[in-house]
Amino acid sequence: MTPSTSAPHTSTAQPTNGTAQPTDGSSAYEAGFTESAAGRVYTVTGGDWEEILGAGEQDAERIVVNMGPQHPSTHGVLRLVLEIEGETVTETRLVIGYLHTGIEKSCEYRTWTQAVTFLTRADYLSPLYNEAAYCLSVEKLLGITDDIPERATVIRVLVMELQRISSHLVWLATGGMELGATTAMIFGFREREKILDLLELITGLRMNHAFIRPGGLAQDLPDGTERAIREFLVDMPKRIREYHRLLTGQPIWKARMVDVNVLDAAGCIALGVTGPVLRAAGLPWDLRKTMPYCGYETYEFDVPTALEADSFARYLVRLEEMGESLKIVEQCLDRLRPGPVMVADKKIAWPAQLSIGADGMGNSLAHIRNIMGTSMEALIHHFKLVTEGFRVPPGQVYTQIESPRGELGYHVVSDGGTRPFRVHVRDPSFVNLQAVPALTEGGQVADVIVGVASVDPVLGGVDR
Amino acid sequence: MTPPDGGSLDESGATANGSGELVDGGNPDGGNPDGGNPYGGNGVRPGRRHDAFGSGGTGDTSGFGRLVAPAPVLAASERPFGDSDADAVYDALERVFPQLGDAVERAVVDRGELTLHVRRESLPALAQTLRDDPGLRFELLSSLSGVDYPDDITGRRLHSVVHLTSMTYRRRLRLEVSVADADPTLPSLTSVWPTADWHEREAYDLFGIVYTGHPGLTRIMMPDDWIGHPQRKDYPLGGIPVDYKGATVPPPDERRSYS
Repeated sequence: MTPSTSAPHTSTAQPTNGTAQPTDGSSAYEAGFTESAAGRVYTVTGGDWEEILGAGEQDAERIVVNMGPQHPSTHGVLRLVLEIEGETVTETRLVIGYLHTGIEKSCEYRTWTQAVTFLTRADYLSPLYNEAAYCLSVEKLLGITDDIPERATVIRVLVMELQRISSHLVWLATGGMELGATTAMIFGFREREKILDLLELITGLRMNHAFIRPGGLAQDLPDGTERAIREFLVDMPKRIREYHRLLTGQPIWKARMVDVNVLDAAGCIALGVTGPVLRAAGLPWDLRKTMPYCGYETYEFDVPTALEADSFARYLVRLEEMGESLKIVEQCLDRLRPGPVMVADKKIAWPAQLSIGADGMGNSLAHIRNIMGTSMEALIHHFKLVTEGFRVPPGQVYTQIESPRGELGYHVVSDGGTRPFRVHVRDPSFVNLQAVPALTEGGQVADVIVGVASVDPVLGGVDR
Repeated sequence: MTPPDGGSLDESGATANGSGELVDGGNPDGGNPDGGNPYGGNGVRPGRRHDAFGSGGTGDTSGFGRLVAPAPVLAASERPFGDSDADAVYDALERVFPQLGDAVERAVVDRGELTLHVRRESLPALAQTLRDDPGLRFELLSSLSGVDYPDDITGRRLHSVVHLTSMTYRRRLRLEVSVADADPTLPSLTSVWPTADWHEREAYDLFGIVYTGHPGLTRIMMPDDWIGHPQRKDYPLGGIPVDYKGATVPPPDERRSYS
């Protein structure tokens, strides 16, 4: 907050810009203003509303408010420009790009395998989905989709569904916090922590795992994984019932969400909105069912939908989806059979053999001994595959999977080289955010928060 | 699929990052936008992909050889495509869109995905038909992305690629429109699929493709006053200064590479 320090002057003396001058001249926060075609535009940086505008100001009803980019309820660095009359929002405009890091461009200067490390950082609440969608694209380009080992595919589904729950839990936690339901925040992050522990056990990292690689997985499940996940499967349904008991019937929660931010199915499709928002509008469009991948057609689960198309319906759909994901995780555990987790083709399969050593995770000593001591060819092969990478036949593919936020699509182009020619991420948050004006215009300022939260955008994916 | 073949030494040898003139024919500033099929029958588009291991003939494996391998392009597929979804879409389109032969330069079926290379004048009418016809019903525009092919033999280096999803028939379709750098305009799809709004702004911002008829074509990722379009292949990249004797890590496109 910067108080204006310019010398007092009248607006008639400087018609183009100046400082609003209270009649008594005592304000420490004088609003600067500029004259524009639409009228006088004030830029307010702090202070008491009445002091700023003065009592006699007539066109004070139309106010433009910047919400963000650092507002805590904007899910990252999202900026909302609201035009309000009183408490009613007449126009919502979104400004994005604050988190643009050029992930797509960076991928063009790394090998096909290294690109995973960038892309996992796009949507940081569902990194494994980024990895899976990208790897499915590369595998389709390579023509090895059918050669991916069964165990690798099952583990991919397993970790993705665990992450769907954790992503929905973050949505519950942050969304609840934005509405003042801090218990929802505590509950959501508490259970998410358990899932992060599981993912850390499996992949070694809590986030940005780079676990799914073209051709399979970085490594197999460690010992004790199944037991840990089964314990979680016993615990989690109780927790979901707890959320229902805490929130589903709660009057304040319902008052903030029921019949708020309605967008019907036709509006969703026109705006490209997919995922829980579309399913809450009554259309059971879930790519796991409608265009299956990774063998989802062989799992038994339901696609929860609702008809109300409001924020509360989206809440219910997400809560139900957590339960369905638990079902899939359980089926994955039952299906796990011993076997390889990387494609057999040694010209594609990542050559590292990871194991836990005295100083942490690294290449296994047996593997090092083999390539350094006994097989010159293995050493050359390892070196070439890691530094040069493998070649991918030219062409382009588009692969879409159902991420926690909707359709996550990867448009990947190869020119026949060892690096991607182009990787485009169709991020569901990016597309779904376009619906925020339709959700919020005509509503109240407080409902803007609910609207943004109900879309569940992750700005890392939006801006990439 | 035609593998890269027949590499030759780059005569100019001045650039190692793939930017430069076309090898034969074609005006990089937009020649031949409406001519016949410039791709010939063999399906290989002459190009200028600097390449070490992928080009044959010289044995240079250093990565610094500045060898040039032709960038292959996929040739038009013959009807019937042999892919049930692709044939169904094309048959339905032929029935209801009589100008299809003029509108579509090439139809390519590759890895089970149908790509229609569409002339930009025909895009709005074709898009409207694809969305509204009961036999097609591509209700959802899933994705729109730009791709920069600096070596496109037609000189139309900027490609706007649209991925459509038919939720009714559960099919996908790719439309690809290419425009030249000198005249990078094509009709906006926002009137057919409103969701194209932000996608087209992104393609404009990062590739400089101008969508006429878009309600507000402004930058979306980069700051408003940014100069240039960063995802073009010839966009200058920065190096990284190192705090030791004034050294720098070279920009990514000037580093040693094997691609």
